[in-house]
Amino acid sequence: MSKPTPNSSRLADPMLDGLISEAETIISRTPATSLTRRSFLKLTGVAGGGLALAISLSPQGFAQSGTNGGLAQLNAFVRIAPDGKIYIYAVNPELGQGVKTTLPMIVAEELDARWDDVVVEQAPIDPVYGSQSAGNSRSVYSTWDPLRQAGAAARALLVAAAAQRWNVSPASLRTENSRVIKADGQSLSYGELVVAAASMEVPAEIELKDRSEYRLLGRRVGGVDNLALVTGQPLFGIDQRLPGMLYASYVRCPQFGGVARSANLDEILQMPGIADAFILEERGNATHLRSGVAIVGYSTWSVIRARRELQVDWDTSNASRLSWSESQAQAKRLAVQQGQEVVVEKGAVDAAFASARATAEGLYTYPYLSHAPLEPQNCTAWYRDGHMEIWAPTQRPNTGEVETVTGIPAASVTLHQTRVGGGFGRRQNNGYVCEAAAIAQRVNAPVKLTWTREEDMQNDYYRPGGFHAMKGAVDAQGRLSAWQDHFITFNFQGRSVNGGTLPASEFPALNLDNVRVTSTALDMGTPCLWWRAPGANGFAWVIQSFLHELAVAAGRDHREFLLEVMGERRWLDPGNANSLNTGRAIDLINLATEKAGWGESLPEGHALGLAFHFCHLGHAAHVVEVSVDANRKVSVHKVVVAADVGPIVNLSGAENQVHGCVIDALSTLAGLEITFENGVAQQSNFHNYQLLRMASAPPVIEAHFIQSDFPPTGLGEMAFPPMIPAVCNAIYAATGHRIRTLPLSREGFTV
Amino acid sequence: MPDFTFTINGQQRTVNVPDTSTPLLWVLRDTLGMVGTKFGCGIAQCGACTVHVDGQPTRSCSYPVSAAAGRDITTIEGLAQNGQLTAVQQAWIDHDVPQCGYCQAGQIMAATALLNANPNPSDADIDAAMTNLCRCGTYTRIRAAIHAVATAQGGKRA
Repeated sequence: MSKPTPNSSRLADPMLDGLISEAETIISRTPATSLTRRSFLKLTGVAGGGLALAISLSPQGFAQSGTNGGLAQLNAFVRIAPDGKIYIYAVNPELGQGVKTTLPMIVAEELDARWDDVVVEQAPIDPVYGSQSAGNSRSVYSTWDPLRQAGAAARALLVAAAAQRWNVSPASLRTENSRVIKADGQSLSYGELVVAAASMEVPAEIELKDRSEYRLLGRRVGGVDNLALVTGQPLFGIDQRLPGMLYASYVRCPQFGGVARSANLDEILQMPGIADAFILEERGNATHLRSGVAIVGYSTWSVIRARRELQVDWDTSNASRLSWSESQAQAKRLAVQQGQEVVVEKGAVDAAFASARATAEGLYTYPYLSHAPLEPQNCTAWYRDGHMEIWAPTQRPNTGEVETVTGIPAASVTLHQTRVGGGFGRRQNNGYVCEAAAIAQRVNAPVKLTWTREEDMQNDYYRPGGFHAMKGAVDAQGRLSAWQDHFITFNFQGRSVNGGTLPASEFPALNLDNVRVTSTALDMGTPCLWWRAPGANGFAWVIQSFLHELAVAAGRDHREFLLEVMGERRWLDPGNANSLNTGRAIDLINLATEKAGWGESLPEGHALGLAFHFCHLGHAAHVVEVSVDANRKVSVHKVVVAADVGPIVNLSGAENQVHGCVIDALSTLAGLEITFENGVAQQSNFHNYQLLRMASAPPVIEAHFIQSDFPPTGLGEMAFPPMIPAVCNAIYAATGHRIRTLPLSREGFTV
Repeated sequence: MPDFTFTINGQQRTVNVPDTSTPLLWVLRDTLGMVGTKFGCGIAQCGACTVHVDGQPTRSCSYPVSAAAGRDITTIEGLAQNGQLTAVQQAWIDHDVPQCGYCQAGQIMAATALLNANPNPSDADIDAAMTNLCRCGTYTRIRAAIHAVATAQGGKRA
């Protein structure tokens, strides 16, 4: 049976299947112990294919022991065809973070490829690739070394082939723009050399470029899908179309954990354009397939109309009763005491409070949030002849969950990765994929499931809300002398939720002598999920706002106070990329404040706010200039961001991520909250979950990068957290009003 | 069953749509297979579904197919002619506007309508016309791209 081709799938390299099977063969025939620690394998069997390398993104290269050997570590391919085209396969989902452009740039740099020769293709989802997920801003960090090595190895083979052809030493040759160039100026294109290069031995030592030699990295390169995007080509999950395709809607209980007992299915079946309607029971667990009612019809509109008439009798005896107002009342009661669990206890906190020159305290509250990616959850599935084929806009391709839900062995599930219309963490959960598969299993046709926006917002897995009862002290010299935080968070069915745990290493605990951090978790029945810069998206606001409170209490300049807390220039845990480097922090705080004109005179009514945060291996400092009118309308005039993520790969992408983080954070600060009553989210669509629009976006966002040889990391998360406290600190500077509850609308402010 | 005839991207099309309340969005996407126009909210809030109806930017998720009969409709697929991008599309590429890209078809349709009506828009004009949501936060580059088109065309109509 030939596999169908969806209309969105641009023609994949016909050589790819051959490359995969050759790599599989080499790895399976070679004992794991004899595979090198190298990150690539040269493939030779692709007749007419040119020069191809398989790349492992594992730190162990292909020399991974265990049942899978190196096979599960095979992550990417590069192929240089005889016509000079350079195919680089993107294995990770593109969600707007730019990896489909950024990662191939790394290969192209070391290969000295002309960027116009590079064709980037989305690789299929295959167990052969190991993990193909996107998250935690780790794509560049985890692939930086292997992708550079693969590019450099391919270049070395091409140089060796040219050296043989000209009978000169490889060292006498240089490469540029997909050509090998001889000292006398003669040159050969990579395409002319690939056949010979494929038979060369990979040199034992592969030299990587110094950062100063980069020609492509650090430049502004446009997204590889831009032309397709601006002309409306089908790229996204929701764009899939198959012959004879049906359309589905799936209705879940608005309270998580509610179970469908019965529904007016007979009535729904009588409605125009409806082909089928049935109840599905929970399978796997509720985060895989929730109990609900499927409606299948001949157009998206016919199933949307039918779902409006659907009446379901829900058994809510085990459903969530989460109430945000009750949670707030509980937090207020708990705030006056210490938490049940000790996160950090060091020094003499009580003595420091007793001898303080000044103290500050307050309860900080931030709400639940929905991810609200603009492409609603959707998935297309086709079950036939025992085989399930799926097209999914997911952040975490996974066929095992489909097996759990449908009983179809993962080996008989083919998953196609589509472009993703925004992730923000939401698509780490594959419930919509499982739903589509379960519906397709019942329907004798391909079927596309599309969630309505209301379902997307009310059946989300949310950013957990949280509360921090803060108390701090400054001593006679005006130095920060005690720090206390009682973090009140949430558990889901007795277990901590994603993004709801405060690490003991969180700033400024490691920078201070007297620290007490405790936590208490309130149990609830609504699950949560990673949300852009998990944890940090709430913690940074609390910590950086409260540091400003203490600077004010001490009568000190905020910048000077923050630099003093950083202390000596040092890497707190040298060599650990997850550890704060105060030297990098100090440089960024200095750069951001200098660029923003800290301490200089500002227009009448304008004020600056500063904040710093370290997370996702990235350091960032933001300074925001605001003014606030008599009606508490906040105008953000300018945002200056200083960031250090090591070397910048794609400057255009880097700037875009900074802009996105700044605007998303301002949007979140201004008005976003999901409140619950009796387990039901009270917000349902963009009319009452109001994302920021163009008119409120800052007119000026400056992104300044300090580039270094520290390991690179992504910018899609780390540039978010400092923005919210920087704005709140600026509002304080302008008005004397301290924001302790988010969003701003709760304190009567608008943006 | 009712037939509706209208012009889409210069071609006359007749579609048979049983339910006359069907929004134009779903006729484009499901009936005609033109999926460049996107579904985002279904209540005319986000603008991902923006098309031109007789030149006016229109949120097709909330515009019934019956209202479209006899009208001239342009979608994102109809902007480029013979592979030649419009100035707005080219500006989107030159400024590397998209992140996830999902909203950008609607943004481009809104910007095109704005520049057709007002070849040299001020920031305030842009704020008023560009009410489409971008969840990724590409507003800074969208504004720059619109200004770049206006400057390149010397304030003349596109």
